[in-house]
Amino acid sequence: MNIKIVKTDGDVEGLAEQKWVYSPSVKTHFFHPENLVEDVNGFDDSDYNGVGAVGSPACGDMMKMWIKVDPKSDKVVDCKWQTFGCASAIASTSMLSVMVTENGGMKVDDALALKPQNILERLGGLPPRKVHCSVLGDKALRKAINEYFRHSKQFDRMVIEGSVMVDPDTRITDRDIEEAVLEGADDMDKLQKKLKVGIANKDAYAKAEALMGKFMEKYYG
Amino acid sequence: MKISSQVNKLLKDHKKHDIYLDHAATTPMDPAVKAAMDPYFCDKFGNPSGFYEIGLRAHEALEEARNKVAKILNCSSREIVFCGSGTESDNLAILGVARFKGKGHIITSSIEHHAVLETIERLEKQGFDITILPVDRDGFVNPKDLDDAIREDTILASIMYANNEIGVIEPIKELATVCRNKGVLFHTDACQAGCSLDLDVKELGVDLMTINGSKIYGPKGVGCLYVKAGIRLEPIVYGGGQERGLRSGTENVPGVIGFAKALTLCQDDKDKENKRLTQLRDKLIKGLITKVPKCFLNGHAVKRLPNNVNITILDVEGEAMGLFLNELGIYASTGSACTSKSLDPSHVITALGLPYEAAHGSMRFTLGHCTTPEDIDFVIEVMPKIVEILRKISPLDLDSNEVQEGHGNLHYK
Repeated sequence: MNIKIVKTDGDVEGLAEQKWVYSPSVKTHFFHPENLVEDVNGFDDSDYNGVGAVGSPACGDMMKMWIKVDPKSDKVVDCKWQTFGCASAIASTSMLSVMVTENGGMKVDDALALKPQNILERLGGLPPRKVHCSVLGDKALRKAINEYFRHSKQFDRMVIEGSVMVDPDTRITDRDIEEAVLEGADDMDKLQKKLKVGIANKDAYAKAEALMGKFMEKYYG
Repeated sequence: MKISSQVNKLLKDHKKHDIYLDHAATTPMDPAVKAAMDPYFCDKFGNPSGFYEIGLRAHEALEEARNKVAKILNCSSREIVFCGSGTESDNLAILGVARFKGKGHIITSSIEHHAVLETIERLEKQGFDITILPVDRDGFVNPKDLDDAIREDTILASIMYANNEIGVIEPIKELATVCRNKGVLFHTDACQAGCSLDLDVKELGVDLMTINGSKIYGPKGVGCLYVKAGIRLEPIVYGGGQERGLRSGTENVPGVIGFAKALTLCQDDKDKENKRLTQLRDKLIKGLITKVPKCFLNGHAVKRLPNNVNITILDVEGEAMGLFLNELGIYASTGSACTSKSLDPSHVITALGLPYEAAHGSMRFTLGHCTTPEDIDFVIEVMPKIVEILRKISPLDLDSNEVQEGHGNLHYK
């Protein structure tokens, strides 16, 4: 005997009108991810000129991103990825890869300026408690672009983030924490929801907590 | 095959099922329970405290339900306190003892439900000393560890009967004996045990025991606390003095009647149902472990609830697996952080000595009355396909032996 999930109007819930926890766009990108590296062993990455990986399996999300920048136009013309994580993490990496490659490719400088919020908007939003699952993609992209700068000897363009690394797994810096505090994070729970910092990493947690205290004092003291 | 076609094939090859495998979260209500409750909403609606006939009838029905529960627990009906949930029952037991005693040391285990852990951690902030006992790789609390942890000022130990995530059945009799020998009160959260385990409080030797209606095919919003005669608790809800002053508030008469009916039905049927579920459980465990690479069982293989399967599948994340299952009409739960309100994955899986990676990739299937062998076959058929798709998306290739030994070393494909 199977249970029928009965809606209030008495109809048995059918395929046509399923309840789905995220936006339709998240669903599309989760079940049909774009620009995915499907077989990493058979993947020829030799003509990709930047690669970046962030996250860790311990904190629940990690991703690897390969980009191809056309030196003449200074545009990202290809972007491939692999992600370990939940539906939001998979969908947001997929969406990011679409955003940087659509319309002939995004200018490198514009790609560097992408923020998680831009991806969220395109995805039609995520429930608040899932936002933290979408914050790694732009960091992986920046890492890959930086590597492209290094390979192409454009050292002057490398983003030497004048900031201190707080969590090496998720590449969260003191600057990210400052921004999060300004956006309203006033305890570690909220900070972690925004930033995914110090998960499964006690040192990083302690550092983040201390920095949050410092910025709280600075701005709201 | 390209992932997109693989996904399409998976979703189109199978019609959407309705396979509910999350009975540890809550059970559907047995229609017989609903029938028993029905008269007490509109017709026999009286307040059991009333002195007139309609009140007396409600009182009588309430006490009859209490007697039924007491009979199953092998205790006096005066030792049964009804309240609003399993969580409230746990809170009443723990806060009740702590506030009556005023100070002291409390012991619990690392795999308790949040209803117990959060309550005890709250007491720590209020000045109580607490000790959280570890569990071994199989999920068991060692009675010797409990014995060693007991101090002069220990007032209470609270250790669950069966774990909600991994289904492991704790050695309650041994643990309770340790406490009794040292004059320490012993509470057990038996919310997951109500359907399938013996609830004889004399045999178990417990002083306080929590059961809840929503896990036994009964109504939600009803909990029960066994309080051994002579044990003094400070109430957590004050008012009209119902439930011997331990839980004020007009009694939930239909709820209590439903609770008693549900508990009776489950307990009457448990030998037969346990046998049936154990076979299905073991079939699912074996099927998944043989068909899905890099997959292992969490919690002891035998001393576990007959309906609980908890496995870790490496390199993939639980919510993603759960959403594929949902798309096929299979409803199950995960210990991944991505479905919890915090960012931390299951404290139970990590308490087993496994790294976070193992918790993020954990899936819990809890079977129930409605589960058929065909349901299990379907899960075994689709899980390998789902995992294959998600593994293609994942850059990871973790080492199963390393993870099972407790190390989460990073390995890429």
